[in-house]
Amino acid sequence: MIPEIGQFALVLALLLVMVQGTLPLIGASKGISAWMALSRRTAQGAFFFLSLALGCLIYSFIVNDFSVLNVANNSNTKLPVIYRIAASWGSHEGSIMMWVFMLGMWSCAVSIFSKHLPEEMVARVLGVMGCVSMGLLLFLLLTSNPFDRLFPVPLEGRDLNPLLQDPGMILHPPMLYMGYVGFSVAFAFAVAALLGGRLDATWARWSRPWTTLAWCFLTIGILIGSWWAYYELGWGGWWFWDPVENASLMPWLVGTALMHSLAVTEKRGTFKVWTVLLAICTFSLSLLGTFLVRSGILTSVHAFAVDPQRGMFILALLALVIGGSLALFAFRAPKVGTGGTFKIISRESALLANNVLLAVACGTVLLGTLYPLFLDALKLGKISVGPPYFEAVFVPLMAPLVFLMGVGAVARWKEATLPDLWARLRWAAAITLVAAVALPFILGRTSPTSVALLALGFAMAFWIITASLAGLFDRVKYVEGSFREKLARQPRSFWGMFAAHIGVAVFIIGVTVVKGFEIERDVRMTPGDTVAISNYTFRFESMGERTGPNFHASRGTFELSKNGKPVRKLYPEKRMYFAHGMPMTEAAIDSGIFGDRYVSLGEPINDGKDSWSVRVYHKPFVTWIWYGCILMTLGGLLAISDRRYRVSARRETAKPSLPPLEPAKLEKA
Amino acid sequence: MKKKLLLLIPLVVFFVLAGFFVVGLGLNPKEIPSPLIGKPVPAFSLPDLNAPEKAVTPQDFLGQVWLLNAWASWCVSCKTEHPSLARLAKTSDVSIIGMLYRDKPENGSEWLRRHGDPFTVSIADADGSVGIDFGVIGTPETFLIDKQGIIRYKQTGPINEEVLNKKIIPMIKELKQL
Amino acid sequence: MSETTQETTTVSPVGIKARHKRFLWIIFGLAFFAAIVALVLNAFGSSITYFYSPTQVVQDEAPHGRAFRIGGMVEGGSVVRDGSGLTVRFNVTDTAETVAVVYTGILPDLFAEEKGVVAQGKLDEYGVFQATQVLAKHDENYVAPEVQAALDEAHKARAAQTLEQ
Repeated sequence: MIPEIGQFALVLALLLVMVQGTLPLIGASKGISAWMALSRRTAQGAFFFLSLALGCLIYSFIVNDFSVLNVANNSNTKLPVIYRIAASWGSHEGSIMMWVFMLGMWSCAVSIFSKHLPEEMVARVLGVMGCVSMGLLLFLLLTSNPFDRLFPVPLEGRDLNPLLQDPGMILHPPMLYMGYVGFSVAFAFAVAALLGGRLDATWARWSRPWTTLAWCFLTIGILIGSWWAYYELGWGGWWFWDPVENASLMPWLVGTALMHSLAVTEKRGTFKVWTVLLAICTFSLSLLGTFLVRSGILTSVHAFAVDPQRGMFILALLALVIGGSLALFAFRAPKVGTGGTFKIISRESALLANNVLLAVACGTVLLGTLYPLFLDALKLGKISVGPPYFEAVFVPLMAPLVFLMGVGAVARWKEATLPDLWARLRWAAAITLVAAVALPFILGRTSPTSVALLALGFAMAFWIITASLAGLFDRVKYVEGSFREKLARQPRSFWGMFAAHIGVAVFIIGVTVVKGFEIERDVRMTPGDTVAISNYTFRFESMGERTGPNFHASRGTFELSKNGKPVRKLYPEKRMYFAHGMPMTEAAIDSGIFGDRYVSLGEPINDGKDSWSVRVYHKPFVTWIWYGCILMTLGGLLAISDRRYRVSARRETAKPSLPPLEPAKLEKA
Repeated sequence: MKKKLLLLIPLVVFFVLAGFFVVGLGLNPKEIPSPLIGKPVPAFSLPDLNAPEKAVTPQDFLGQVWLLNAWASWCVSCKTEHPSLARLAKTSDVSIIGMLYRDKPENGSEWLRRHGDPFTVSIADADGSVGIDFGVIGTPETFLIDKQGIIRYKQTGPINEEVLNKKIIPMIKELKQL
Repeated sequence: MSETTQETTTVSPVGIKARHKRFLWIIFGLAFFAAIVALVLNAFGSSITYFYSPTQVVQDEAPHGRAFRIGGMVEGGSVVRDGSGLTVRFNVTDTAETVAVVYTGILPDLFAEEKGVVAQGKLDEYGVFQATQVLAKHDENYVAPEVQAALDEAHKARAAQTLEQ
């Protein structure tokens, strides 16, 4: 009964988004306000039914309703309840359901927090989102129905893939999808602007918080995914340049560019065409990511069910949404007009250059990800593109990006001069140079390549930190009051930028130190053996057994000591899940602020002495990678909470058609 | 005008990509049909697992729709598909021939005793030579063979409820009516 | 940037300067583009690994001295571990031909006999594949597309042979 309610709710939601995706758009172009007014109610109604459907699905999982195919294939009575809930979005059907649900959630949020927007704009934005929802709901109902029944009903389900039975996996997909789908708002705003021909500073101000929020979710989603891969796959890596990971990185890169480009459009009224293109591309890449992952078109370590029919459907959807919006862009963008001018040395051009670098970085990732597919399609052989490609391309692109990040944060809008920039940044440059040269030697590295790589990493990190501080100093210099008051007077959006940029620096430090100083050792150990890496010693004490709710594990006991003093015990496991018969490595990690010590079990060696192959790691500063991402996210959240958005919201209700700010033109006149 | 053409670039790039995707979807590994589909079942003569002196050949099943399931006691996925096979055996009168692939007959018999025997007839392909003729690359693999002894469908990997309900059962019904 | 274009047509003294500037921009853009292409090609050159099946390796189609990937099934009963360390020896087969592989290190969770595997490494002078990396996929039922293709090819070739006989 419950699954039927869920199914019915999905159909009702489809009917509502069909209205949401058509009438308000027609209404907006013909000026029929009754039709436009439908957008809010339909979006909210659709969200209600989508929540109901998701609730029904989760309920079916919780009560082990194996008469639902999706439940039978992805759950099991022995599965702990929390993972049964997570299993609702663990399967293909469930994840698409989650996607649609979140799209409904964002639409609903737009319908609530858009009181100050002109009716026409709201109608168009929600209309566009309705069209996207329609496509995905059709996909869900026609090819991936999460409520498909199974008869006769099996007594036991197949269990969730053991890899997904992990706290990280409970959160990773929803966060990632919140990010992916959140960019649909920026996309809808962009398409609405193209349709209506209204694209100005106020438009940018409306889209900014939405974009930043989506970006925050995506950052956290990627962070959790990376962290999960780090401790769950047992390989100790935090990024593998796997196609599925790349699929989430690409919208992040372009989304980052979009956030900054929107800032320029809001403050200076320039980059409009570029901003619109980025908004379309960001969401397109989110859709593309879903397509790449769900169609199984690429070889990946994440093996999902492959179904070409589904792939065709998503591809058709992509063609409609992306092709349609890009065609609209090509025909309407010339009408958007341009904004103020700026000189080559200015904050605008620093931001523009960074935008281009981010877009190019995304392009190279896309190329590397799809290159095997291109060659295969052209019958030129089967290849794989490994991490060295991505590293060799990515780092040279990131270095100038980071340099410009520092410059852009202190440069003046419109026109800056080199002597002035130098005056502001000379201390930052000096500290950076000293740190980059001295640190590798202080840390005891002498080989030229490792010194060069470390120096580059430290230079990038210190440059961001010192230049951000220089920017902060600049801002408070002329503010009255005590130092505390000076800091308190800065708007939250500034602190947001500050935190996010420092986050990038922290991230870079993490990556640099891990790359330069990590120690990995694969050894064969018999109980009693020790292995030493840097000043840590791992002692293999014994091998035991443990039975979990749905698995049986061989569990090793290791004692970790630092400089001879015991620190703690570590218990890595090798699990065998009952339902899948699949072995799973569960690494044991001693995590600290300055890095991790990591043990994972390889396999038993049959020599009658309980020997195992064991992998031990020392990963200094690896945690800084995650801290950096958290700081970036906090920065984004701070920026959204800036009171400017609320104040301007009130002001705009009184004066809805604010003309675009074009100070450059005014000055010329 | 030149500027307008520039604005078309993203659209063109996208459609080139989409073109590759269309081709790419066609390359999908699971789409590549087994070269054996539509061909007669390879000839074999293998001992019955329960009565080793008796030889089983494809001729024994002429005139009926049957399934040949290659499995092994060491194969974890075979255990996964076991409930589905058992359900098929119970709910349908189709003959399911279990071919123990590259495994010792005693291991196979023991496994069937422990987990239940869904097979109408069990045969042993201890050295895997018949498996090779069938193009078996891993276990489990299942072939659906019609009344004339023509292979109609091949399932690589375990049969799950979805495959059973959406592919195998409808195909059996259809083939029976021929 | 289009702002400058408009200026070119209206204000002539600025026009020459603007055209000059535009020219510089184009040069700069092209240089940037060329740098990116060089970067990408250079990176591709060193990190693309081709994929070969055991049959291709036996027929000497695979390169010597250059890393490539080999894929197929781990032959049943072929996995041998040396006495002291972590070195493993196994055979990779596409059912037609077999190549011996040596690997030192920890094998992935899903590495098993009769299962699909992809190994990356080089052929040594004895024709043994010295693997630096062994990959098995995350799904026990999953066969890597390359592996599947290699196996299908071998099967087709054999089918053709039997027809000829």
